[in-house]
Amino acid sequence: MTASSIFWNVMFYIGVALVVLIAVFPFYYAVLSSFETGTDLFRVNYLPQSWDFSNYETVLGRASFLRSVLNSVFVATVTVLAALLLAVTASYALARVRFRGRGLLLLTILAVSMFPQIAVLSGLYELINWLGLYNTPWALIISYTIFTLPFTVWVLTTFMRDLPVEIEEAAIVDGASPWVIITKVFLPLLWPAMVTTGLLAFIGAWNEFLFALTFTIDETQRTVPVAIANFSGASVQEIPWGPIMAASVVVTVPLIILVLVFQRKIVAGLTAGGVKG
Amino acid sequence: MANIQLRNVTKTYGAVNVIKGIDLEIRRGEFMVFVGPSGCGKSTLLRLISGLESISTGDLYFDGERVNNVLPSKRGIAMVFQSYALYPHMTVYDNMAFGMKLGGSNKADMDARVRRAAQMLQIDHLLDRLPKQLSGGQRQRVAIGRAIVRDPRVFLFDEPLSNLDAALRVQTRLEIAKLHHDMRDVTMIYVTHDQVEAMTLADRICVLRDGLVEQVGTPTELYDHPNSVFVAGFIGSPKMNFLDGDFARAHGCATLGIRSEHIDLVPQGAGIWQGQVIHAEDLGSDNYLFVEIGSKEPLIVRQPGKVAVPEGATVSLQPRPGMLHRFDETGRPVQAPLAAE
Amino acid sequence: MTTTITAATERAMARETGLQQQRVRAAFWFLAPMLLMLFFVAAWPLFRSIMFSFTDADANNIFSGGAEWVGFENYLTWRVRENGDIRWRGVLADPDWWNAVWNTVRFAIISVGLETVLGLLVALMLNAEFKGRGLVRAAILIPWAIPTIVSARMWGWMLNDQYGIINSMLLSVGLIDSPIAWTARPDTAMIAVLIVDIWKTTPFMALLMLAGLQMIPRDMYESAKIDGIHPVKVFFRVTLPLLKPALMVAVIFRLLDALRIFDLIWVLTPRSEGTVTMSVISFQNIREFGDYAEGSAQSSLLFLIILIFVGLYIWLGRVDLTGERS
Ligand SMILES: Nc1ncnc2c1ncn2[C@@H]1O[C@H](COP(=O)(O)OP(=O)(O)OP(=O)(O)O)[C@@H](O)[C@H]1O
Ligand SMILES: [Mg+2]
Repeated sequence: MTASSIFWNVMFYIGVALVVLIAVFPFYYAVLSSFETGTDLFRVNYLPQSWDFSNYETVLGRASFLRSVLNSVFVATVTVLAALLLAVTASYALARVRFRGRGLLLLTILAVSMFPQIAVLSGLYELINWLGLYNTPWALIISYTIFTLPFTVWVLTTFMRDLPVEIEEAAIVDGASPWVIITKVFLPLLWPAMVTTGLLAFIGAWNEFLFALTFTIDETQRTVPVAIANFSGASVQEIPWGPIMAASVVVTVPLIILVLVFQRKIVAGLTAGGVKG
Repeated sequence: MANIQLRNVTKTYGAVNVIKGIDLEIRRGEFMVFVGPSGCGKSTLLRLISGLESISTGDLYFDGERVNNVLPSKRGIAMVFQSYALYPHMTVYDNMAFGMKLGGSNKADMDARVRRAAQMLQIDHLLDRLPKQLSGGQRQRVAIGRAIVRDPRVFLFDEPLSNLDAALRVQTRLEIAKLHHDMRDVTMIYVTHDQVEAMTLADRICVLRDGLVEQVGTPTELYDHPNSVFVAGFIGSPKMNFLDGDFARAHGCATLGIRSEHIDLVPQGAGIWQGQVIHAEDLGSDNYLFVEIGSKEPLIVRQPGKVAVPEGATVSLQPRPGMLHRFDETGRPVQAPLAAE
Repeated sequence: MTTTITAATERAMARETGLQQQRVRAAFWFLAPMLLMLFFVAAWPLFRSIMFSFTDADANNIFSGGAEWVGFENYLTWRVRENGDIRWRGVLADPDWWNAVWNTVRFAIISVGLETVLGLLVALMLNAEFKGRGLVRAAILIPWAIPTIVSARMWGWMLNDQYGIINSMLLSVGLIDSPIAWTARPDTAMIAVLIVDIWKTTPFMALLMLAGLQMIPRDMYESAKIDGIHPVKVFFRVTLPLLKPALMVAVIFRLLDALRIFDLIWVLTPRSEGTVTMSVISFQNIREFGDYAEGSAQSSLLFLIILIFVGLYIWLGRVDLTGERS
């Protein structure tokens, strides 16, 4: 090896290390802070000083926080299941059936998933009030459909397009109706894609903030993002950083585990959708 | 079990005319092979018959009944695809039974049919496996088995052997031939690129070219009496020798065709063509001699046995009487007898 | 044939065979529930929001149906004063609105620009073969996996003026000599927002581009290597042009996402002049002041801007977003 190639190799690994450090450090620091209380918390340190669980006790001891987690799980799960249910048949039609206006329809669906949520806010507010769902999880489930449904349709369409044509044709010759093709032939082949898509949609719904902030007011109806954003201490001035960090860690660790476990599938799903989850 | 008639059938994709008007009758129980160059519309034609593609204009009849608007599953057809198209998540048994299950047949009947088909193809020991646990040849047999279970009037094959290696191809070809023999009144339509498959399997061959039927006939008819330069060149291996210019004019035509096995080596000066052997290929049973006689391409001469002709030797060649194929400028056979001969 | 069929009906019959007809009919029923749902949750609310922007809707009259039609008053209107001066009113004459537009555009262009460049660098890095590549890829997924609100909180803590680790780091290396209230000061608030957004989103860009890079055949590089072409030249001549379609799609998705940003700004730099965006100002009007009319006018303007932008992008770039052509 020449000197310059050694130099570039070293530079490369320094770059890699830097990227990893920047990516991981903020979360590491949040974990660190979540175990500190009192003056420890307000002194900057890079390595663990103490293992104090009192922040976690504070957070998990609050009924309203646990309630928020349950709300988030409920809202995200129902939203995703509903979206998948509606999206499977729709994406079959969009991916496998030739009809006029298909390209335009796809583009419209993509547009809906990308348009600014704020643009529907006042209209949606009216609709939700009219349905009597204000300040309930159902308000969120309905409003989250705006972005989860087009997203799942879009990603599943991409996956569905890649299934071999001849298998479908064999099924047609065997006398399978479109419904049978979906349920008996394609679904069993598509479940990895369904898991990926569902997971991405779940993350999207789990993280949603604007609608959650708008359509819930009571602490008991809040989802996790709103709870964390509105976390307050004894007085208005004092921000309870310790418990906030603990709460952040509690809701993030499961997500990180999920994402790392399904790493490859998620990357495939993101690439298929080309959309931020 | 069906007699199939195509009347002026066309197919267009958008502005592209793929099938340009085909009239064809396929007789009950016949083994019909579609051949033609890549992209000529063989698969499309097969898919029109199957109903997987819609016919743009024209009519398709099965046993006299117009089936243009009949669903593929109601036409009494079964199809074997090039890529096997087995359902990856179903066992061999379920793959074969799927169609009958959907049709709502009773279980005992279905079971009997699946097992009989499996026995016929010697795949009865594989019934519990998934497609991914099978070899290519086994997969294709399962695909054929699935077609048999459907008990079709018409069997459709789209290049079923082209994904198999040479040895398996021969074996499976024999099995298909046997199948045709055992199911005497099932009409079979078979698309292939392969000369040998076409010649050995077919009762009749239909040569397609650019969306039109070029010639239909038994393999022997096509081989011995091609009605165009195109068919003459397409059927037979090695390709028929074509001569033009003065060579053809001497026989009163624009293009003169002669198959390699119809040219004899004769003593020096006795033949009508002379030339130098520029290359020789020994196939064991036959020798191919490439002889430069001044035509555009060297003449290929097939000599049975081991005739040792060294490269560079000058030879004299004589076509067998009556084996010359004469074509005019449009590529059609010249009918008028040649006075000089 | 015994019956005479006119040419027209024969053509109609021929065009739709049983199969195609059956499939199109099924497609209709398969699409209907989704389209109906989207109509109710997206199209109808959008329509109503736009309607509100032409009324005087506020918290008192919005649900009672008492809102009155006021035409373009929320957007732009004027009154001639006694002394002859013209007074403009409405969103389009509101400096706060234009500040929000400026913030949004500034944020979108800078964040997407930097994310694209950094994402490309990271993608090129991950495309090289080295030990522990899988681990690195997993590590950069972490920022993406963290909910935006949590990121905002985490970084808010790190950027804290008194106790924040960022200030401590900068102080200790001597880059600054007194702590900076990053999120509170109008001139640094945008920087704080950009840092967090870039940190969170660059991994996503990198992964999209990595997927694009991995589709470029390896032998392309190999033949370039054999020909002795300089790596930098290879990048600009081979890699970049081949990556362009994937890049274009990633950039437009990110731009659309950046233009509607709300949550990060709301939590990281609440009520800061320097970061308030179109979504934020509209939300404030609707939710905090109950001014549905003006808030809807602003959200409708944002929608219009995005619509024009997408139209231009598709038209100019001829981007195949649906993937139908490939
Ligand atoms: N869905 C389609 N849309 C447009 N053109 C098509 C479509 N399907 C086939 N074609 C065109 O129709 C022509 C015939 O195709 P077909 O598949 O029937 O050829 P083939 O004879 O089976 O060729 P091969 O031997 O390569 O399989 C080709 O030129 C092809 O490009
Ligand atoms: Mg073909």
